[in-house]
Amino acid sequence: MTSELLVQYLLSGITIGSVYAIVAIGFNIIYNATGIINFAQGEFVMLGGMLAISCLPFMPLLLAVICAVAATALIGALLHFCFFRWLQAPSVLRMIVITIGLSILIREAALMIWGEQVRALPHFTGNEISSIRILGAYLSPQVLWVLGTAAVIVLVLSLFFARTRVGRAMRACAANPTAATLCGINAQAMVTIAFMLSAAIGALAGCVVSPMTQTQYDSGTSLAIKGFTVAILGGLGNSTGAAVAGLLLGVTEALAVSILPVAYKDVIAISLLLIALAVRPTGLFTARAAGALKEF
Amino acid sequence: MTTPLLQVRQLNRRFGGLHAVKDICFDVQRQHIKAVIGPNGAGKTTLFNLIAGALPADGGEVIFGGRSISNWPAHRVAGAGLARTFQNVKLFGNMNVLENVMVGGHVRSRAGMLAGMFRAPHTRREEARIRARAGELLDLLDIAGLADRPAGALAFGQQRAVEIARALALEPQLLLLDEPAAGLNRHETGRLGDLIRKIRALNITILLVEHDMSLVMDISDEIVVLSFGEKIAEGRPAEIQRHPEVIRVYLGDDHA
Amino acid sequence: MPGRYTPLLILSALVVGLQLATAATGTSYYLTQLTMTAYYTLVVVGLCILMGYAGQISLGHAGFFAIGGYTTAFLTTFNLAPHAQQPVAALLLRTGLAVSGRDLYGAALTTLHPGLAFLCALALAAGVAVLIGIPVLRLKGHYLAMATLGFGLIVYRVVLGTPALGAADGLSDVPAFVLAPGVKIAGGAAGRIANYYAAWGLVILGALLVLNLMHSRAGRALAAIHGNEAAAQALGINTAAFKLRLFVFSAILAAAAGALLTHYTGGIGPSEAGIMKSVRYVAIVAVGGMANLWGTIGASALLNFLSLRGYFGIYDDAVFGGCLVGMMLFAPQGLRARATFDRLRAWVRGRRRT
Repeated sequence: MTSELLVQYLLSGITIGSVYAIVAIGFNIIYNATGIINFAQGEFVMLGGMLAISCLPFMPLLLAVICAVAATALIGALLHFCFFRWLQAPSVLRMIVITIGLSILIREAALMIWGEQVRALPHFTGNEISSIRILGAYLSPQVLWVLGTAAVIVLVLSLFFARTRVGRAMRACAANPTAATLCGINAQAMVTIAFMLSAAIGALAGCVVSPMTQTQYDSGTSLAIKGFTVAILGGLGNSTGAAVAGLLLGVTEALAVSILPVAYKDVIAISLLLIALAVRPTGLFTARAAGALKEF
Repeated sequence: MTTPLLQVRQLNRRFGGLHAVKDICFDVQRQHIKAVIGPNGAGKTTLFNLIAGALPADGGEVIFGGRSISNWPAHRVAGAGLARTFQNVKLFGNMNVLENVMVGGHVRSRAGMLAGMFRAPHTRREEARIRARAGELLDLLDIAGLADRPAGALAFGQQRAVEIARALALEPQLLLLDEPAAGLNRHETGRLGDLIRKIRALNITILLVEHDMSLVMDISDEIVVLSFGEKIAEGRPAEIQRHPEVIRVYLGDDHA
Repeated sequence: MPGRYTPLLILSALVVGLQLATAATGTSYYLTQLTMTAYYTLVVVGLCILMGYAGQISLGHAGFFAIGGYTTAFLTTFNLAPHAQQPVAALLLRTGLAVSGRDLYGAALTTLHPGLAFLCALALAAGVAVLIGIPVLRLKGHYLAMATLGFGLIVYRVVLGTPALGAADGLSDVPAFVLAPGVKIAGGAAGRIANYYAAWGLVILGALLVLNLMHSRAGRALAAIHGNEAAAQALGINTAAFKLRLFVFSAILAAAAGALLTHYTGGIGPSEAGIMKSVRYVAIVAVGGMANLWGTIGASALLNFLSLRGYFGIYDDAVFGGCLVGMMLFAPQGLRARATFDRLRAWVRGRRRT
């Protein structure tokens, strides 16, 4: 393989890998806040793209993206409000099944609203054929948008959780909801915010990657699986690990596609998931003994 | 001197920065009643969890009946003849009392899933045996009248009794009792002491964690004292009562 | 006969009654969909006990169904005739494990005996279940849900993308399966009644095995795991091994259902492996009540029949998704007829008093 081709694969791998990382971080935010895995996470990504595409005829691209992200965040909040907030001490199993059902309902609704058509947002800068040269490879400028957005998301979230009052309150709730409530923190509100954040970053990722991968009513499912794989590989709840693991998965997929038939691309991620669960369930970066595997 | 039934060697366990169990060593002789005491947070329940296989150790060894059982999973330890009860009683709320005790008979029987599905003839005899044995144990603990009650609907003391009966159904060589007297009044505690002696008479060795000093001093052959994860004393009850370190740990420096 | 078998007798009576009713009203064509319903019900019989007793969700049971169906379909349609001279093929022919005949166009057709193909299908499903189950089931929590979701997706992608398995069109021309002398699992009006009874007979057999299991030593161990896993382990029960065995059992049932339905309808397509089918099975168990075998069988019979008759129209998938969410929100124990009836009665009485 020539070095240009290698760079090509690496960069495209890192690009899609950042999307996986964002989905995984979304999983982690809700997991840290509630202990459940939100199967509908992938649908947030799909919704972001679809909503932006629908808004596009009425407003400039930037505004459409902002509206889509805001709308999806609202949907996230609504999900929590309508389906989780009023449940009395539900079992984890029950909540998982609810999120599965919700992801299906969202998918069916998307099918009804937008049909089976494959759509895409226009490229943010340039068009489908414009390309820029990076380290000898030719790539669409959208790649920089994706990487940039992912980096900004990770940065802003780190600052949010470390420095802002709300962010620290959320971390307190994640660690011990009872104690947090005793300190005056409204735990339920924190969980709603967690859902909104998760949905928002998912939607943003969906918008920024739409020009490259296109958006369809069922794009959410395979993203959810891969996001979950990345979340596990990085250590469930560990967002820095998720970021690194996401990039690793993206690159592995990109390189594997050069050897295996494209139809089996998804198989790679899933096989990695099963292997990870078998061999190193605490994630690549957590020391084995550093506490039991997080239960969900 | 015969080989001790249980030998704990340099057992260690950390939780992050907390060294919960530090280089613990002690033996338990057959048919002895040994108590583990110490102030709250001394690491007693963690020690039990390590011995019973519910927690992996960070170092050290546990030898049971001459075999090393270090880092064996809990179910394998139980199969080897080590039964335990829990500090917060863990009965099966979805069954009645008799069925709870019958679960204890699991290790001494073998009918598998296929045999169960096809109702192989040997399973019927085995079931009858398990059921009869469970009934005997309920008699032993004086709770035969509760056999049909749902396990979740019992008074606390009764739940304790069921848990002990269930553990005995394992036909263990060693029985670990985690704070069996917690929540019992003096009368009930006295009866518990008699029960423990009865169990010892059945050839079962007993290791117990307990806070109730009258019970401990009354029935124990030997006592191990833990403080902050370390063993600070070991010996017969009379020696422990006079031991300066033990007094200091429980009552403070003024009394040493 | 112990009281626990009563619902089984009622079910058998209903099965017979339904067939006689259709014969009497001249609606025997319903039997086709009712037979298909029976095979889908066999899947949820296994899934129900997995979810109810092991507390584990499998989101990939359609994958096991598809493994059963595609394995039998492939092995009974793959023509060995061109390879008849090769040692393996010749051996199969000589030992009677392969059968010869003619296909639709009169050409020589040699395929594996359907009985052997069936066993291969079950073995493959069991093997895959073990492969997934061993690493995943020893973990605390619901990792099996994601693992099986992934597994289902893999199966779907593989059958969709592999030309030898028919790609998007699936496999067809699957021959009949001789269950017993005179009972051929195949389509066609002639064998409709026999097939109906064969299919529901298998469901009743499956239910019987599950019932026996629940009242055995192993069933008690499973209930113990369900009640308090830590205590069960402290009593010598190898919880991971039990969950694995249950998972494999449910996978085998699903594969058997898939294989036989494929013989009945004469073919299978990728949609049977899709995530929506898996969700459907989980939704049915949720509606019927996890670990409530009879509720699940009833829910499966009703929902599958309505779906197959097309009553849900284009909202088919949405109905099942909605059922899932609705049940989990409002009635996680399933639709308990008795409890609902009692509450209804109390409510009515209360109203009358005021």
